[in-house]
Amino acid sequence: MGYTLTEKIIMRNTGRNSVTAGQLLNVNVDKVMVHDIFAPFVIEKFREMGFDKVWDPDKIVFVYDHLVPTSFIEDFRHHKIADAFAAEQNIKAVHRADGVCHQLMPELRYVVPRQVVFGTDSHTTTYGAIGAFSTGIGYTEMAAIFGTGELWIKIPPTLKFNINGELPKGVFAKDIILRILGDIGADGATYKAMEFGGSTVGGLSISSRMTLSNMAVEAGAKVGIIAPDEKTFEFSGVDSKECEDLKSDADASYEKIFAYEAAKFKPVVACPSNVDNISDVDAMVGTKIDQGFIGSCTNGRLEDLEIAASILKGRKIAPFTKLIVTPASRSIYAEAAKKGIIGILVEAGAIMNPPSCGLCCGRSGGIVSDGERVIATNNRNFLGRMGSPKSEIFLASPATVAAAALEGKIVDPRKYL
Amino acid sequence: MGMTIGEKILARASGKALVKPGEIITAKVDLCMSNDGTTHLNIDIFENQLKAEKVFDPRKVVFIVDHNVPSESAKTAEVHKKMRIFAQKHNIPFYEGTGVCHQIMIEDFIVPGQLIIAADSHTCSYGGLGAFGTGVGCTDFTSVMNTGEIWLMVPETLKFEIEGSFKSGVYARDLILKIIGDIGANGANYKIMEFGGSAMKNFTIDDRVVLCNMAVEAGAKSGLVEPDEIAIEYVTSRGRQDMHIFKSDDDAVYEKTYQYNLDELEPMVARPHCVDDVVGVTQLGEVKIDQGFIGSCNNGRIEELRAAAQILKGKKINPYVKLLISPASKTVYLQALAEGLIDIFVECGGMVLNPNCSVCWGSCQGVIGEGETLISTGTRNFKGRAGHPNSSVYLASAATVAASALTGKITDPRGRI
Amino acid sequence: MKEILKGRVWKLGDDIDTDIIIPTQFLALKTVEDMKRYAFYPLRPKLPELINPGDIIVAGKNFGCGSSREQAPEILAALKVGCIIAKSYARIFYRNAFNNGLLLLENDELYDCCNEGDQVSVSLENNRVLLGKKSFRVASIPNDLLQMVEAGGLVPFMRKRNGK
Repeated sequence: MGYTLTEKIIMRNTGRNSVTAGQLLNVNVDKVMVHDIFAPFVIEKFREMGFDKVWDPDKIVFVYDHLVPTSFIEDFRHHKIADAFAAEQNIKAVHRADGVCHQLMPELRYVVPRQVVFGTDSHTTTYGAIGAFSTGIGYTEMAAIFGTGELWIKIPPTLKFNINGELPKGVFAKDIILRILGDIGADGATYKAMEFGGSTVGGLSISSRMTLSNMAVEAGAKVGIIAPDEKTFEFSGVDSKECEDLKSDADASYEKIFAYEAAKFKPVVACPSNVDNISDVDAMVGTKIDQGFIGSCTNGRLEDLEIAASILKGRKIAPFTKLIVTPASRSIYAEAAKKGIIGILVEAGAIMNPPSCGLCCGRSGGIVSDGERVIATNNRNFLGRMGSPKSEIFLASPATVAAAALEGKIVDPRKYL
Repeated sequence: MGMTIGEKILARASGKALVKPGEIITAKVDLCMSNDGTTHLNIDIFENQLKAEKVFDPRKVVFIVDHNVPSESAKTAEVHKKMRIFAQKHNIPFYEGTGVCHQIMIEDFIVPGQLIIAADSHTCSYGGLGAFGTGVGCTDFTSVMNTGEIWLMVPETLKFEIEGSFKSGVYARDLILKIIGDIGANGANYKIMEFGGSAMKNFTIDDRVVLCNMAVEAGAKSGLVEPDEIAIEYVTSRGRQDMHIFKSDDDAVYEKTYQYNLDELEPMVARPHCVDDVVGVTQLGEVKIDQGFIGSCNNGRIEELRAAAQILKGKKINPYVKLLISPASKTVYLQALAEGLIDIFVECGGMVLNPNCSVCWGSCQGVIGEGETLISTGTRNFKGRAGHPNSSVYLASAATVAASALTGKITDPRGRI
Repeated sequence: MKEILKGRVWKLGDDIDTDIIIPTQFLALKTVEDMKRYAFYPLRPKLPELINPGDIIVAGKNFGCGSSREQAPEILAALKVGCIIAKSYARIFYRNAFNNGLLLLENDELYDCCNEGDQVSVSLENNRVLLGKKSFRVASIPNDLLQMVEAGGLVPFMRKRNGK
């Protein structure tokens, strides 16, 4: 009987010959990530639990991204507390203004294929895109890991998503994952491993795969995982020979298999106020929008900015409409600047922000008022997520958002591609 | 009897051949501008109290969103929405998130000889182009927006004769700080500060705006520099031809004349919490900083960014310092991109913000907390200006801020160029 | 752990996410005590004032979906909610709740049968919820998890383990 990719990672991590879905066991933690919002809480719980030293300072990464730049008087305190703890515990990996945590972890190779990683943020599932078992936890459990280096998990059964064929023009990874969320629902993968495979996924860049894995949690999944391949090995700088077994066996046992034909995907949006409230863009064309947002760990990477720039080049966004752009990391920003992408976006009228979570986490960076509508490339559109409970958020691909900002209303992005 | 440039501008605006200090005139306003600091209040007065139907001339009223953008609350977003609705209804020029108001006015609207009223104290900036700008409160502004006229008392003029030339590492910012330190925060109360002398012909428009912009910090009604070929070229190259070139008569009467020699000037710093508590950077002693800011209507233009970039190139800022840089407008941003300055800011570890008031305004980006110290190129350092009441703000030039970000404490830029 | 919990029902629907339970803008408040009065702010801003200690929240599916913010179950525990009985829970919230001493029970049918204001009682020994004459089954909670809830959560548990 074969094993899924998820099961194999856990087996290797725990030194077991076999595991079954549903089994409870302790894993050895390879890396953890804590961002600025929750760092003080992790530290407080750590001390309350009576721990003195972290189990391994080289396995801890601090990223300041939610409160960067500071928008309120108390924001700085999170950074000061985390800085002091990092100095005390000799934690060297502290990124104070380099970008969003989930972008930095794989980009800077803190996470590589096969690792077991936890983060104090639900979108920690992102690193599944490079073949890691990674998931979000609360700060109390993180404090327990800080002290012990271990965590108990229940091995998730796997839902397999086989996506085959060539994606039509104007359809992107975001459209794929939104469609899947619409089909299975916001609790359609609760406690499961969502494993994405098939020729379409193989054809996606690492950046696009991260979009899929990032939003697995929006279906309630524990992990969103993709078997590593040549693209992954190059991205993560690992030897392919060490990862030969890192894929689900042909006779692995899945709880369910979903088959998708890439040719049938279309540009879609998630309508207010649920991430699984999916509609074809066609059905929403003409919906007035006040603000667009391109950024976040879901869709703030170079290829996302590039596609937006290709649509906005030589054009201006609609009058009385805002487009807020927040690249996901410092290196993405630097490369986009060198390639002229930032220039195109600013020329078009975009409000360009430094790399950070920005508007996605809904604290600052474009908060909206009653009756305003946002179309955004991030991962959540809950009621009041970006300001007034009487505002509305649509989620979409960067192409769809850029096109909407041009016209001040939702339009089919394909007319600009 | 001769008139000063300020008196001539007011004479033209009031349709009189001659005006004298102390006289109360009724003047026609060439332009009026309001930003998101107070426009919502102005709109309320206009619609609910004055019950006015139209603005006096839609081509001469400008609304600019620059203080809290991107917005940090639904309340702020409501203010912006109100401005948008009014701007659309009355068909007036509207800018949102594309620059600090005074920089936009200088780039797109101001010509020598105009009288400009705005609901913002740093309206005196336009003196850099030989235009008389002054800030007013809500009631005055709304009245102007309705009638196009304002009553004014003609101020006395103080003359500042500047000789010599800037040494390396010393800038117009240091000069205006020195002047304010010398005459005090009410040393020019209700006066016009006229900057002239043999050095002025070598002052760029940026330099002249730096001087005039902070005239209000000495209590002045306005600041002025006689427009010359440099000013004329600046506006004609932007497609603006109609202007009135006024110069002070040889027999104009000044209340007082001050002499300054640039050869003697060193980098200056204003200490918390008064803008006139100014000392040379070498007299400061050790001052650790938490944050540096380069931007604002005073010091966010291309020349200041170049001065900072020269110091930051190829280096990394102190890891515990946050360096925020906000180009004063979209035009400045694009130019900084083209010149590779943005690359330098990103490489060194800085955060490049969209063009807006940001840290200077202290409310939406880069807010500092209790006990923190900021060194800033902004205009004010009152208690709590940049965040918490128990925080400290030092004012200095862009070069001084850049040098300080490298070391983590206030540093003489002259050693770093 | 009290074997019988009794409380007034407050009903919340499907997919109650953590941004509704505690919006991001309030996460910067200093303590959970400061935050708790903003629980459910976008949906039912008055609810925190109305909840009495021991009251029971009955909810639809996927309760607690969204962010991993632990303040969500923390403030519900601070409001002294007796327990939550939902059709299903999001997974991060599920763990966070138990780690913070908040008891979560699952039942598919209760939500559709009860009204806000009803009195229900929960018997942990019998794994049953009683609404008037009707009885609903809930899955039994492992004893060590119940003990952790009773102790107040994972922190007291770890303290004990570290001999503090």
